[in-house]
Amino acid sequence: MAIFLNKDSKVIVQGMTGATGMKHTKLMLADGTNIVGGVNPRKAGTSVDIDGNEIPVFGTVAEAMEKTGANVSVLFVPPAFAKAAVVEAIDAEIPLAVVITEGIAVHDSAAFYAYAVEKGDKTRIIGPNCPGLISPGQSNAGIIPGDITKPGRIGLVSKSGTLTYQMMYELRDIGFSSAVGIGGDPVIGTTHIDALAAFEADPDTDLIVMIGEIGGDAEERAAAYIKDNVTKPVVGYVAGFTAPEGKTMGHAGAIVSGSSGTAAAKKEALEAAGVKVGKTPTETAKLARAVLAG
Amino acid sequence: MDLFEYQARDLFAKHDVPVLAGEVIDTPEAARAATERLGGKSVVKAQVKVGGRGKAGGVKLAATPDEAVARATDILGMDIKGHTVHKVMIAETAPEIVEEYYVSFLLDRANRTFLSIASVEGGMDIEEVAATRPEAVAKTPIDANEGVTPAKAREIVEAANFPAEVADKVADVLVTLWKTFVAEDALLVEVNPLAKVASGDVIALDGKVSLDENAEFRQPEHEALQDKASANPLEAAAKEKNLNYVKLDGEVGIIGNGAGLVMSTLDVVAYAGEAHGGVKPANFLDIGGGASAAVMANGLEIILGDPDVKSVFVNVFGGITACDEVANGIVQALQLLADRGEEVTKPLVVRLDGNNAELGRKILSDANHPLVQRVDTMDGAADKAAELAAAK
Repeated sequence: MAIFLNKDSKVIVQGMTGATGMKHTKLMLADGTNIVGGVNPRKAGTSVDIDGNEIPVFGTVAEAMEKTGANVSVLFVPPAFAKAAVVEAIDAEIPLAVVITEGIAVHDSAAFYAYAVEKGDKTRIIGPNCPGLISPGQSNAGIIPGDITKPGRIGLVSKSGTLTYQMMYELRDIGFSSAVGIGGDPVIGTTHIDALAAFEADPDTDLIVMIGEIGGDAEERAAAYIKDNVTKPVVGYVAGFTAPEGKTMGHAGAIVSGSSGTAAAKKEALEAAGVKVGKTPTETAKLARAVLAG
Repeated sequence: MDLFEYQARDLFAKHDVPVLAGEVIDTPEAARAATERLGGKSVVKAQVKVGGRGKAGGVKLAATPDEAVARATDILGMDIKGHTVHKVMIAETAPEIVEEYYVSFLLDRANRTFLSIASVEGGMDIEEVAATRPEAVAKTPIDANEGVTPAKAREIVEAANFPAEVADKVADVLVTLWKTFVAEDALLVEVNPLAKVASGDVIALDGKVSLDENAEFRQPEHEALQDKASANPLEAAAKEKNLNYVKLDGEVGIIGNGAGLVMSTLDVVAYAGEAHGGVKPANFLDIGGGASAAVMANGLEIILGDPDVKSVFVNVFGGITACDEVANGIVQALQLLADRGEEVTKPLVVRLDGNNAELGRKILSDANHPLVQRVDTMDGAADKAAELAAAK
């Protein structure tokens, strides 16, 4: 199984013909992702040869979906054009749009999220400012390295890209059903709660690892959700205990404002919901191992 | 990016939010001409990005231009809650205030939308009002695509129970304030107090604005609003080099890739430091995804230039970043500093994992630099870096 993305996913890439898009399309193909097309209105009708794969370029997301049956779009579109590209994906009603782009203005992400809701929530948005998601051995939609780990029975949801990689590496011998990077921006499409719900329902996931960081109250809300709705064991990690108040720590959303958004409050909320929270990524991985070993 | 009051005032004026006249100065003598331009009297207001400046003596009335100079002399250089006053605003004196209200628009992260907060009990800390008298604070969600239309403004005014005689004027302010919020890509626009004066007009007497730095690509004028004078020199130097750096108060310099991993590295070092005399991380520095040797060298230069740093921990998990590039960056940076005659005396602990880790580790082993040591686990490397910092 896996969540949101599997071997049957047909993936298109918006912004494929740019340098970043090309680089990662190549890597996704190498991981076995079924990439069926790219989107670029100025290059519509052409095709791109990537390692012997002839990838057609379409003018619009709607056209790509019609011609290929695509159901996932990965976006490598620069910040200035990202809103229009996501709106196009929503208009085409593609089921999943994975927005990798970092540096999108909040007024743009709030606008496209609201637009997706107004259009009946037919498009799940992951990101922005995220590494995407991978279901090892099946499909990779984004920039998560495909060779860290193998298929397995752990589900991972994280705000941070590199902590996702670190955790996948720590638990590489056990493997993952899916790992979802939801992104570090203040406004994101898919939340911890959405991923927790999907992992809870996924018969191939036995344990969930949840990684959070300072800023906002998504982890606190996830804790409340876990308490009432998640029966599978959840192990957690929160980054940013040493972050000073009022400073943005790399991710646009990673900021402690006054007394809100602290790592300590998040850890406390998760522990109160029965989540085992590690002090370091390595200790968190050990906790996960202990839980799986029963 | 949080703005000073005078910058908020200027943005409000630009988008037709009613404000009083005012100009910013940074020498006492300039207060004279500024006050003369306002008809001979003024309010001298300290410009600091912290609340409570009135109580701290940072806001004074001046009845004459001479008095304005005297008050500006008192206030410039004053310390308000750790913030030094470098600028004062010479503002028009407010007409007689009858009532004080509060209005703001902000990002509501939890609901992934925007929010209006309004209250007829303005002039004090809104969080305090919300805590003690929640019924006096009206919160209204704003659809990001519909925005604040006159009808929506009316809804907010009614929700907050504004008196009928100011309802139209407050609604007008809300529409112009929303215009400011959107046009300037703000994360917060707050007017406190929004004053009703004797003439019946409503005026924004003080305000706060916070801008979205991710919007700089379409807000070229925002760069000039940065407070370069108060910036930490190391943070300023890092910004020049496009590095994501935050100065902290510990001893272990940190370089890593990816915001989450670097935040985690700070925590792991602080945790390890408990066993080594309480040493702490000296900074946050994220060299980002796909970091090249040149970026690594720039980062290392900033960290080694920090006199507080006693040891350095380079923690990289290569996802997109290739560890051999990182290793080359470290070797090149040390060479670069040596070529400049800058003696490097601080030990470096390097942990490389992920993409091309073996190659990266080999490059470091081959370079065999006396100050560089490899520890191949994150927790182990943090412990070593803390130990080295404590030993200095």
